[in-house]
Amino acid sequence: MPLITYRDALNQALREELQRDPNVFLMGEEVGVYQGAYKVSKGLLQEFGERRVIDTPITEEGFTGVGIGAAMVGLRPVIEMMTWNFSLLAMDQIINGAAKMLYMSGGQFKIPIVVRGPGGAAHQLAAQHSQSIESWYAHVPGLKVVAPSTPYDAKGLLKSAIRDDDPVIFFEGETLYGSKGEVPAEDYTIPIGVADIKREGTDVTLVAWSKMVAVAMKAAEQLAAEGISCEIVDPRSLRPFDEAPIMASVGKTNRCVIVEEGWPFAGLGAQIAYQVQQTMFGDLDAPVARVTGADVPMPYAKNLEHIATPTPSRVVAAVREVLYLD
Amino acid sequence: MPTSRPMRSSGRKAARPATDGPWCGASSPVRPSAATGRQTADMAAATTPDHISRQLADTPKATLLDMLQKMLLGRRFEEKCAEMYALQKIGGFCHLYIGQEAVAIGALSTLRPDDAIFASYRDHVHAIVKGCDPGRVMAELFGRRDGVSKGKGGSMHMFERKVGMFGGHAIVGGHIPLATGVAFATKYRQQDQVTLCFFGEAAVNIGAFHESLNMAALWKLPCIYIVENNRYGMGTSIERASAIYDVAARACAYDMASETVDGMDVLAVRECVTRAVERGRREHAPTLIEARCYRFMGHSMSDPVHGHYRTKEEVEEQKLQDPIKAYFGHLLAAGLIDQNGLDEFDREARAVVERAIQFAEGSPEPSADDLYADVYSMPYGPFRRSDP
Repeated sequence: MPLITYRDALNQALREELQRDPNVFLMGEEVGVYQGAYKVSKGLLQEFGERRVIDTPITEEGFTGVGIGAAMVGLRPVIEMMTWNFSLLAMDQIINGAAKMLYMSGGQFKIPIVVRGPGGAAHQLAAQHSQSIESWYAHVPGLKVVAPSTPYDAKGLLKSAIRDDDPVIFFEGETLYGSKGEVPAEDYTIPIGVADIKREGTDVTLVAWSKMVAVAMKAAEQLAAEGISCEIVDPRSLRPFDEAPIMASVGKTNRCVIVEEGWPFAGLGAQIAYQVQQTMFGDLDAPVARVTGADVPMPYAKNLEHIATPTPSRVVAAVREVLYLD
Repeated sequence: MPTSRPMRSSGRKAARPATDGPWCGASSPVRPSAATGRQTADMAAATTPDHISRQLADTPKATLLDMLQKMLLGRRFEEKCAEMYALQKIGGFCHLYIGQEAVAIGALSTLRPDDAIFASYRDHVHAIVKGCDPGRVMAELFGRRDGVSKGKGGSMHMFERKVGMFGGHAIVGGHIPLATGVAFATKYRQQDQVTLCFFGEAAVNIGAFHESLNMAALWKLPCIYIVENNRYGMGTSIERASAIYDVAARACAYDMASETVDGMDVLAVRECVTRAVERGRREHAPTLIEARCYRFMGHSMSDPVHGHYRTKEEVEEQKLQDPIKAYFGHLLAAGLIDQNGLDEFDREARAVVERAIQFAEGSPEPSADDLYADVYSMPYGPFRRSDP
């Protein structure tokens, strides 16, 4: 299988879906002439033209709403947020519009839209450019939320998202774009709402998605050297949430640590911890632990940013805690 | 509170004629486009009394009478809504259209069935005039299963795809980008429908309005933005909310065609929107229309008709310009209908509304199973597990 980057995997998915369905179009800031702020849309303007790869003014609420309106009549827009931080300007359209249209119209208006872009912290981008807000969107009935961690998942899930009849919020990882993985050249999809075991193990279950899968992987490698075996479950989709593999894993390990880049209070990890204790109460040998971003706006200073972000060493510490090793 | 700019008539009785010049921020209703200097609309043509004789001569008699009938139906429907609200058959917020009928009826008289419209939360009459069955609209108001939105939407969310009713929307101005998006899809598919988007004058201070108009003008989208300027965003007059009072003038910022029209005059609205529709179909170009009208009722059923923000005298004065009476007067003078004809129309309208009530009363409430229907286009199953 070819080894390609996460960025190129997304680019392949977009190209293949644009080729497959004339109702699909890509719209956003700098997606065309500039080839994408993160080059995810590289070459697409040249291949598909200005009708289907559309540069917008800086007008997130406006172009997201245009996408939702176009979806009301059956087009399949892919709306690029240059980063998810900017989606806060479009939240009225996404939450009051896309998420509710089918319901409040009594099932008449499907919204087959994908809103996608990078989320999370990168390197010293400070408070307004470093947020992980997938929990906000996962809170909302009517939306589907996806956050792939690997190039393979990114391509397969983006293709599913574009073909899906409901609004899909697609979180890419800003620091994942250059990461590489094996991706088949042929057409494939990964269903939304299906988790994946990223590493098998027996002692502790780690739940992580998007960038945090790599953090959990590094922690698992360090812990393996100490003879501690971690199983890593990547839900891949945050809504719908495939809890069965997590429960099965906790049934085996009796311990669970959730790794989440976002803030702790009312974060998605809290919901997952609730579900684990509700279902697996009798199997747990320790309280469910969480490793999250610090409960602060992201600071600029490099050392502070490091402290505010989940790291492999913090995951290691949490695993040792649920194993009562410290 | 603004400091440098004098407050313009915040305490003043709004006593302007519907289409006067001095009230406008601009000196002339004919506005040159900022970029090209060309005139964007022939307002003068719409404001002379000639438009009445012209419209009466050019419009088929059946259409003229149909417009009167629909205005009456809209009026009687809304009066019945007020009654049903008082009886608590209708819940939530309920915003009535009484006084503004000329805008929706004049505008929608220019459309084809395959054109789409978006309305604000004051949407009952728009829905009926676009083709929704009054019984199903009333059933929606009653929260019943046979409502146009299956009882899930209510007063503010009337949807019926097959007649081109793309909803009532309840976040002020939030639907303006959506309408722009439907117009975008029309152009994308190289079709010739137009999309009409109705909203109040208070919505023009929302960012979504400006973002949408910019894109519609930039990309030449066939969207017609109709501002129903009834002077008050709830209880705040336009003079207290807008730096300029001339709503249509805002189109200049986007080099968009615009017109101001007397929204109490159904023929003037029809003529004005006809031009905009032609512009949309032929050139895929947008238009901003400001229809100056007046709401005879409170903002919603829970609000007073007058009080802190407008006087009883002002409301009574405006009621003298009732758009239905005015239109009937024109038809009468032209010999197209007499008092008996009007009475017959009114009886029919009342009968339709009565049948709507009966239909709504007879429709069942949604079942508990309907709660989770239509959250997604797929069965809700995978999500339910996370319910506490």
